[in-house]
Amino acid sequence: MISSSLVIAASFLYVLILFAVAWFGDKRAAEGRSIIASPWVYALSMAVYCTAWTYFGSVGRAANTGLWFLPIYLGPMLAMILAWLVLRKMIRIAKTYRITSIADFIASRYGKSRTLASLVTLITVVGIVPYIALQLKAISSGYAMLTTPLGQPRPEMGLWLGDSTLYIALALAGFTIIFGTRHLDTTERHEGMVAAIAFESIVKLVAFLAVGIFVVYGVFNGMGDLFAQALADEKLKPLLLLGQGEYDFAYPQWFALILLAMLSVIFLPRQFQVMVVENVDERHLKRASWVFPLYLLLINIFVLPIAIGGLLFFGQGQADPDYFVLSLPLAHGYEWLALFVFVGGLSAATGMVIVEAIAVSTMVCNDLVMPFLLRTERFGSRASGDLTGLLLMIRRVAILGILLLGYLYFRMAGEAYALVSIGLISFAAVAQFAPAMLGGMYWKVGNRQGALVGLILGFALWIYTLLLPSLVKSGWIDSGFMHEGLFGLVWLRPEQLFGLEGLDNLTHALFWSLFANISAYVLVSLWTRPEAREASQALLFVDVFERTASTHPVFWQGRAKLADLRNLTERFLGLDKAERVFTDYARRLGLSQTKDIPANAQLVQYVETQLAGAIGTGSARMMVASVVEEEQLDLDDVMRILEEASQLRAYSKALEEKSLSLEKATRELRAANEQLKSLDKLKDDFMSSVTHELRTPLTSIRAFTEMMLDDDEMEAEQRRQFLEIVVGEAERLGRLVNQVLDMAKIEAGHAEWHNSDVDIQAVVRQAVNSISGTYLENGLSLNLYDSHEVIAPIRADPDRLMQVMLNLLSNAAKFVPHSGGKVDVYITDAVDGVTVAVQDNGKGIAKHEQEQVFEKFRQAGEFSDRPQGTGLGLPISRQIVEHFGGRMWLDSELGAGARFSFFLPRLKDTQELALIEEERA
Amino acid sequence: MLRGMTSARLVALFTFGCALLNFPLLALWDKDITILGIPLFPAALFMIWAGMIAVLAWLMETDER
Repeated sequence: MISSSLVIAASFLYVLILFAVAWFGDKRAAEGRSIIASPWVYALSMAVYCTAWTYFGSVGRAANTGLWFLPIYLGPMLAMILAWLVLRKMIRIAKTYRITSIADFIASRYGKSRTLASLVTLITVVGIVPYIALQLKAISSGYAMLTTPLGQPRPEMGLWLGDSTLYIALALAGFTIIFGTRHLDTTERHEGMVAAIAFESIVKLVAFLAVGIFVVYGVFNGMGDLFAQALADEKLKPLLLLGQGEYDFAYPQWFALILLAMLSVIFLPRQFQVMVVENVDERHLKRASWVFPLYLLLINIFVLPIAIGGLLFFGQGQADPDYFVLSLPLAHGYEWLALFVFVGGLSAATGMVIVEAIAVSTMVCNDLVMPFLLRTERFGSRASGDLTGLLLMIRRVAILGILLLGYLYFRMAGEAYALVSIGLISFAAVAQFAPAMLGGMYWKVGNRQGALVGLILGFALWIYTLLLPSLVKSGWIDSGFMHEGLFGLVWLRPEQLFGLEGLDNLTHALFWSLFANISAYVLVSLWTRPEAREASQALLFVDVFERTASTHPVFWQGRAKLADLRNLTERFLGLDKAERVFTDYARRLGLSQTKDIPANAQLVQYVETQLAGAIGTGSARMMVASVVEEEQLDLDDVMRILEEASQLRAYSKALEEKSLSLEKATRELRAANEQLKSLDKLKDDFMSSVTHELRTPLTSIRAFTEMMLDDDEMEAEQRRQFLEIVVGEAERLGRLVNQVLDMAKIEAGHAEWHNSDVDIQAVVRQAVNSISGTYLENGLSLNLYDSHEVIAPIRADPDRLMQVMLNLLSNAAKFVPHSGGKVDVYITDAVDGVTVAVQDNGKGIAKHEQEQVFEKFRQAGEFSDRPQGTGLGLPISRQIVEHFGGRMWLDSELGAGARFSFFLPRLKDTQELALIEEERA
Repeated sequence: MLRGMTSARLVALFTFGCALLNFPLLALWDKDITILGIPLFPAALFMIWAGMIAVLAWLMETDER
């Protein structure tokens, strides 16, 4: 047992820490350095899903039914798989149209209907009350557990004013008011609150893991020991299996729970608040969509062990399993751990209450109270004065009201139910939003009447089959109608409606309410015509990803005055905020002064969107309509506006394409110009190289012939020698000229190619044979290592390949040492082509010179020891190989010989070859 | 093209997950044996769960551009 003053002091200290975190978050947000702009914080804030229900109730449920606590977390797992598709669309819609609550979302989608907004708000308030009650119950029971000596009964609940739960409710209300309604924001975002919620998520996870580890490793000797003891106990064993003893496994209920949780994780007001409204960047969803399920997995790992451990330790039916997490440490004298766990539970409960109450109070204010107030003389369109204070006051009262309603439910029904059953009632209520929400996002035909009838039917059936029975079981309503049905009609029994039996009450209620809801939504939508405003909103919602900000169609026509709109904005947002809103708009239009803003449809739309953030879409629509002169739109107008917008979009797209292609053309031109310039330079270089190369043999021819001309008495032997030199030089000249011509032809694409299927081995063999005489003369060895098998042919010009081979071989002969010179030729066949390599044992080529050998008139090595040659052989060879789609390269190191290789691809058909030729041309 | 693939893969994972966690595949694990001292049924559920998180994380974190 812990003294109550210590528990209260610890709780207050914890709340103070929360305030500090929230204050820090708000401060950083004001400085523009948000601490919540991270996918991790976003995921942690989603974990507000885990409330006191998870924290205390899951263990209780596991102690009674084994793994039946799990569907509530498997549902969100499945839902988060689709988050990137569904939730992202929801976020995009909400951000584009400044939607701040589920009520707003549904109302806005179905033609900004105030009726729908009010209905959704009503369902939310009624549906969420049991859930708030659950949190109050958890805190007050936990508190009682901590402060009562173990084994003694908890004190009786006091009368209203003497009941500590009432004060807990009031404290939570005060706490939430300070957190959520200090100032008014047009986007309803609360950075400080999100920071605090993320912090709370860490606290509750750590506390729960701590008690889990304590039970498994402190009380028992690890998981193995704990489960072995449980399996030995005939009463506990069924908890670890699918079927619970004599009952069959209730698959429908299992499925229903997963479905319910899947919908709740998105449609609970607090989930919508943290996931959609408080989202900073939709890309955060990517990581959060798997981190959040991971969080759920972690917080659930020890649920079953704690439940089993509690049952083993206390014995079945001896202690309330909902509070095993507290009683187990207490029974072992670990009071500090118990206190820490209580603070974790407090985290779970306060986190839920804060976010839920803020979300619901926004709805109550914007969608229930404001529309009513704005109709009255005092606050209506003709009234004046700043209304921001009033807005905040309404929200504060709403928060207080919601918590007091929760307390009321707790007093009425709380004691009769386990925590989990209370929570499921709320889940089933918010699941009613699913058809209208999801249908609205993906189905353009869905209309206001369909949504309205669907929601009313679903909600009515939820009350009749789930809420009323919960009150009956608490003894507040006569239980007669449960067994005999309403008005004594047996087929109206709330838990066996129309005689449907065999389902548990939750599955039964979920089935009937969703069935009626979906059917009505679909059928009514199909058989009624939507108004123009609904049709336009449907288009905006369903196609939200297809519209960029610049080409949003604006479905409005009429006349407006800038001053009127400005006044309206000031009334609801305050002077400063209004100034900022209009300055932003002016800047976006490129105007220096706000008074120059044209009062057109875009401005009306903009003001309405801004107002929607503060007072809800329905009220914003009403207020804007009251200060401008509108013309009623009909369906034809909507279609016309849409047509114009899509034309505009097409124009802008075409324009964009045109400018893109222009840009591309410019780039290509510039590249071509660069190429021309470098080609021009190449040509100059080439010309000077050619003339240089021509001059050398010409000079020697001239020198020798002049000598012979001058000296008549030259000996015949000498003359013959000179003439041989002249002939040799002339041959060299001829070769040079031929090669230059050849090169020019290939480069210009005028060369003639006689392609056929070539057996490359035969070509190489022929080349080796024809040059082997020269090698033999010079005392060099030449070996061919070819494949003995027949190689599939390659499409190429055999004469040209021969030219390449002879070139490589004669080159190699020039570079090998005079004695012991050795050249090896290798042929390697692969599926995609053939590689031929010519390896010599010369002195090799340095790395930095390797690429140069393929340049025209370049030869590697010092000028002095350059052998005879034109310096065009390798460039030509490379051009030829590349012409056939292949490549030629050199592997060499100084002192280790050189290896020239070329690869010829085996092209599938001549078309490919033609393609390559075309590309080269 | 690839963008559409991620969406399609997510939908596939979702469908597969729904099947794994419901009738009749769930009954596969209802056996009276233990893995490392942990009864098969809870162990299997948590393993399936962890596996789904892993695949989802892989899908979401691999950059497709």
